[in-house]
Amino acid sequence: MQVSLKWLSEYVPLTLPAKELAERLTLAGVKVEKIISQGEGWDGVRIGEVLEVEQHPKADRLSLVTVDVGEEESRTVVCGAPNVAIGQKIAFASVGAHLRDGHTGEPAVLKAAVIRGVESAGMVCSERELGLSEAHEGILVLPEDAPVGSALQDVLGDTIFELEVTPNRPDHLSMLGVAWEVAAQTRVKVKEPERVYQEAAASTAAQRTSVTIEDKELCPRYLAGIVERVKVGPSPEWLQARLLAAGMRPINNIVDITNFVMLETGQPLHAFDFRKLGGQRIVVRRAKAGERMRTLDGADRELTPEMLVIADATKPVAVAGVMGGSDAEVTSATTTILLEAANFNPISIRGTSSALSLRTEASIRFEKGLHPELASVAARRAMKLFIEIAGGRAAKGLVDAYPAKRSDTRVVVTRRRIEQVLGSDLSTTQVRAALTELGFGCRWVPPDRYVVRAPYWRTDVNIADDVVEELARVVGYDRIEAESLAGAVPPPIHDPVRDLRESFKDAATAAGLQEVITYPLTTTEVLLAVEPAGALEVHPPLRLENPMSSEQSVMRTSLRASILQTIASNLRRARGTVAVFESARAYLSTPDDLPDERQLIVGGVGGVRQGRWGEPTGEALDFYDAKGILEEVFERAGVELAFRSGEEYGLLRGRTAELVAGEERVGVLGQVHPQLASRFEIDGDVFLFELNVAKLLPARKMETRYRPQSRFPAVTQDIALLVDAAVAASRVQELIASSNLVAEVRLFDVFEGPPLPEGKRSLAFAVHFQSNEKTLTDADVASARERIVRRLQHELGAELRGSQA
Amino acid sequence: MADLEALRSRALIELSAAGDAAALDAWRLAYLGRQGAVTRVLRGLGELPAEERRAVGAMANAMRADLEGALAQRQTEAENAAIAQMEAGGIDVTLPGREGLVGRLHPITQTLREMLAALGAMGFQVAEGPEVEWEYYNFDALRIPWYHPSRDSQDTFWLEQKPESEKRVLLRTQTSPNQIRFMEKNQPPVRVAVPGRVYRFEATDATHEWMFHQVELLAVDEGISFKHMKGTLTQFARALFGQDREVRFRCHYFPFVEPGAEVDIQCGLCGGAGCRSCGGEGWLEIAGAGMVHREILENVGYDADRYTGFAAGFGVERIAMLRHGIDDIRNFYANDLRFLRQF
Ligand SMILES: [Zn+2]
Repeated sequence: MQVSLKWLSEYVPLTLPAKELAERLTLAGVKVEKIISQGEGWDGVRIGEVLEVEQHPKADRLSLVTVDVGEEESRTVVCGAPNVAIGQKIAFASVGAHLRDGHTGEPAVLKAAVIRGVESAGMVCSERELGLSEAHEGILVLPEDAPVGSALQDVLGDTIFELEVTPNRPDHLSMLGVAWEVAAQTRVKVKEPERVYQEAAASTAAQRTSVTIEDKELCPRYLAGIVERVKVGPSPEWLQARLLAAGMRPINNIVDITNFVMLETGQPLHAFDFRKLGGQRIVVRRAKAGERMRTLDGADRELTPEMLVIADATKPVAVAGVMGGSDAEVTSATTTILLEAANFNPISIRGTSSALSLRTEASIRFEKGLHPELASVAARRAMKLFIEIAGGRAAKGLVDAYPAKRSDTRVVVTRRRIEQVLGSDLSTTQVRAALTELGFGCRWVPPDRYVVRAPYWRTDVNIADDVVEELARVVGYDRIEAESLAGAVPPPIHDPVRDLRESFKDAATAAGLQEVITYPLTTTEVLLAVEPAGALEVHPPLRLENPMSSEQSVMRTSLRASILQTIASNLRRARGTVAVFESARAYLSTPDDLPDERQLIVGGVGGVRQGRWGEPTGEALDFYDAKGILEEVFERAGVELAFRSGEEYGLLRGRTAELVAGEERVGVLGQVHPQLASRFEIDGDVFLFELNVAKLLPARKMETRYRPQSRFPAVTQDIALLVDAAVAASRVQELIASSNLVAEVRLFDVFEGPPLPEGKRSLAFAVHFQSNEKTLTDADVASARERIVRRLQHELGAELRGSQA
Repeated sequence: MADLEALRSRALIELSAAGDAAALDAWRLAYLGRQGAVTRVLRGLGELPAEERRAVGAMANAMRADLEGALAQRQTEAENAAIAQMEAGGIDVTLPGREGLVGRLHPITQTLREMLAALGAMGFQVAEGPEVEWEYYNFDALRIPWYHPSRDSQDTFWLEQKPESEKRVLLRTQTSPNQIRFMEKNQPPVRVAVPGRVYRFEATDATHEWMFHQVELLAVDEGISFKHMKGTLTQFARALFGQDREVRFRCHYFPFVEPGAEVDIQCGLCGGAGCRSCGGEGWLEIAGAGMVHREILENVGYDADRYTGFAAGFGVERIAMLRHGIDDIRNFYANDLRFLRQF
C-alpha cells in the first residue's frame, strides 16, 4: 500500500516529521518499508505550457516544442514524446536540474545538448525522468489548472510511505485505516469524510432495480445504488493526483471514484452501466458450469460453479469481488450507473482469484475479510462523490440485500489477563484512551473487566488477547520492560542419538573431514546408482507433488550420491585430497506413517595424497588412508568398532569393510566401484563410508576406566610370521594381544610375493612384554613368547620366520 | 712409565683432533671406557710387583683425571661450536609448516551450535522433530487453515499422497510444528529449542533458499509474560551479536502468536544510521516471535487461563550471514570447499 502523506493529512493531522512517524508506525506493526520523498530533487523543474509544436527539421520522430515557463521569453526544446500537444501543462526542466536518465533510471544532471543539429536547453519531462514512476513513453501531462512558472514540487511534491501489509489487516489497505493508526500513535483525532448526499431523482433505487442473493454464504451483503444523468469524463485534477499517488491510473470519473473510495475506506466498489444490465437487475449466484465472460482486462474467462458471479437477468456481468465484465462496463456513453458495494466470503474470493490467476486490488482486500458494515459506509461516500463530480442524480435510498446482519464484535477483557500477558498492569485511563484513539468502544465494568467493541474496520480483533495486543501496540512494545525468565527449569531431555551424532561431527572434523550440507531432494535415477533396486522397492522414495525441477523431485533414501557429487565438484577445482562428510537424514518411506528419518553420517575421500605443504603428490590414496581417518574418528568419538571384510552395493568387492559393533553391522567403508565413480565423473580412486548413528549407540565406550601404568620395564621383541594371505591381520594381532604378559602389539611390516610362496604373506609385529607385578626375566619372556607362537601355529597355521631380541 | 707417558700424549693428540660429539664419544670409549686403554692399565695394576704398583697407580690415576678434564673441556668447546653453527645457519621460519588434513564444521552447524549453547545457558534444551510432517502440525495446529493467506508466504513442498490416505504430508516450512509435538507429550514447564532444516517452495536468489535452518524457542509456564519474551530474546540476541547491541521489538502478525512481534538488531555496520547492508533502515530483522496463541495451548490440552508462554523463530542462515558478512545465501549449499574452509 502506498500512502501519500499529503492525502493522509486530510483525515488526520500529521504532527511528527515523516521519518519519526514512520518509525512509530513501524514499531506498532504498520511497517513502513520505504519512504519516498517525491520531488526532493526537483530543483529547476517548473510548470510550463506548450505554446507550439513543430516537426524537427532533421528527424521524423522528434519535435520542437516551445514552452511558456512564466518568463518573458519562451523556451524551445527538442522533444521525442508522441503525446506532446499545444495547450498542455507540462513539467519543464532547465539545464542543471537533477533528474533521472529516461533510459537507465539512474540519477543524472540535465545538460544543454544539440540534438540532430538543433540546440536544446532544457527538457519536457516524463514520469520516469522525474522519478514518479517507470513510465517514459510519453511526457507527464499536468492538470489544466496547474500554475505556469511555479515549482513542480509545489504541485506534485509529496512523501509516500510504502507499507508492508500483514494478511490479517485489510484496514491497512485504506487511508482511513492508516489514519486511525496515526491517531493512536500520535494521540490526535481522525476526521471522517463527508458521506451525506442529496437524493434528487424522483424514483427510489428499489423501484429501479432489485438484488437477489442466491448464495448467502458467499455474499453476506449486497448494496446497490442508482445514479442517473451522470456525465462520464476525466476526473478533476485532485482526484487524479490521489490515484496517481497511490499508484493507480485514472480512467474516467466514475471508475476513478470507485477506486478512490476503495483506497479511502478499504471497501472495493464497482459501477455498472445500468442500461446494459439485462432485466435491470442484479443476481448474485454461482457461475454455471461452462459459463464464460470477458473481464475488463480483455481476457475471456471460463467460469466454474465454485466461483461467485454478479449476473443480470441472463448472464454474468462481473466475477464477484475480483473483476468486472466488459459487457456492462461504464463508458463515455453511460448515463445511468448502478453502484455495487458488497461483502463477499474471503475464502471464496481467494479461491476464485487463484483459480483465475487474477489478483486485483479488489480481491486482495476481500480475501483479508471485510465487515459488511464497511460496504454501506463506502457506498454512501461514493454516491456523494458521483453527484459532486459526475453531476448525477441519485435515486432515493439504496437497495440493501443483507440477509443476516452481522453484529458488532464485543470482547470481554479482564484486567488480570492484561497483566498476565503483558507482565504489567495498565490503568483504566490508559486502557480506555488507547482503545478509543484506535476507534474501539470501551466500557469499564468494575471491579475487573472491560467490555470492548471493535470498530467495523477491525475484523482482526475477536478475542481478549487481540485487545491485549492493541494495548501493547499503543503503549509501545519498546515501553514494556524486559525481564529474565525465572521459575522452574524443566527436567533434562535425553537424546543419545543426537549427542553421539554431534560428537561424531567433532571427531570427523578433527580427523580432517570437512562437513558439508547438501540438499535432500534428488531423482530416482541418482538413487538407483547408489542403491540396489531392491532397497528402493522396500522403501519407495517419497515423491514431491510439486517439485521445482525434475532434478529435485524425490526425497533421498541415501546420502551417498550427495557426497560423491560434492567430491566430484571439488575435485574439478582442487588438486589435493578432498575429504568430506555430511550428517543428515535419509527418508525411508513406511506403509502407514511418516517416513523413518534415519540419521546417517556419510563421508568420502578422493583425489591424491598431499605433500608437506598440502600440494598434490603423484600418490593415489588407498583404502588405508580412508580407514586411518575413520579410525581416528572412532577413537575421538569414543566408539569401538571392528572392520570385517564385507560386500556392499556400489563398492568394490575385496576393498570393502563392514563396520561391526558386537555382531551388528552398523556401517560400511570401501572403495567406490570405478563404474559408479565414473557415473559421478570422478576419475581416480575414491572411498566412501556410511554409518547409522542410532546403531552406533551400543558401541560407545560409556566411560573410560583408568589402568595404572606398569612400574616395571618392558621388553620388546619382534615376531615375524608367514601366514595364509586369507588370514586377517587383525586376527593375528588379537591373538598375540590376548596374552596377559603382552602390553602392546604393533604391526610394522607386511610383505607378499617372491621369495615367499604363493598365497602366503609375511606379517611382522613389535610385541611389548610387560608385567604389572615384577620385572620380567628373560625366561618369563621366552616362555610367554613360546606359548604365543604355539597358539599362532595351531589356530592360524602361522609359521615363525625367525626373531630377534 | 714411559709407556704411560706415550699413551697420554697419543690420547691428547687424538682428543684435539676429535671435532664433534660423536668423535669425542668414540675417544672416550677408546681411552676411558670399560675396555679403554687407560682403564686397562689401571685394571692391570694388580699384576705388577708391589713396589711398582704404587707409583704406576698414582701416575695412571693422575693421567685419567687429566684426560677426563681435557675431555670435558673439549666437549664444552664442541657443544659451543655446534650451537654457534646452528645459530649461524638459521632456517627460514616463514616457510609453511607441515600440513595435515584439516576439516571444519559447516558454518551453519557452527552458528547453530552457538545459538543452542546460548539458549542452553538460559535453560532451553534441544528437541528435534521430523522434517517430513503432517499438514496438521505444520499448519492447522498452528492456526493456519488451508484458506489462510499466511500460507502464501509459506509456499510448500507437498508430498505425493497415497491414494488411501486422507492426511496430507509436506516438508515442514518451519520448525514450529515441533512445538505442538513437544507440548502434546510434555506438561509445563516447557523450555525447548527446536533446531532443524525447513523447506519452502521458493525460487533461490542471494537472500532466498528453498532449504534453510531455523531455531525455534518455546517457553510455557505459569507467569510467563511479554516481559520475559523481551528479556530472553534480548539476552539471546546479545549473546550472538555482542552485549552492547540494541535490540527492538516491532509488532507483527503471525497466526500462532498474540501479541506478535518481529525482533530487530541495530545494524552493526552503520550503528543505526542506515546503510546499504540494512537497506537504509538501521535495523536488521532476526526473528519472528510472540506470546503463544491461547488456541494453540488449548489444542494441546493445556489450561490456557493458567499457562502462558512465548515462542520465537530464528533463521540460522540469516544469523550466519550477518555475523560473517556473507552476501549470498546460495554459498551455504554449493559446498565449495573454498567457501567452507573459511569458517
Ligand atoms: Zn546499516
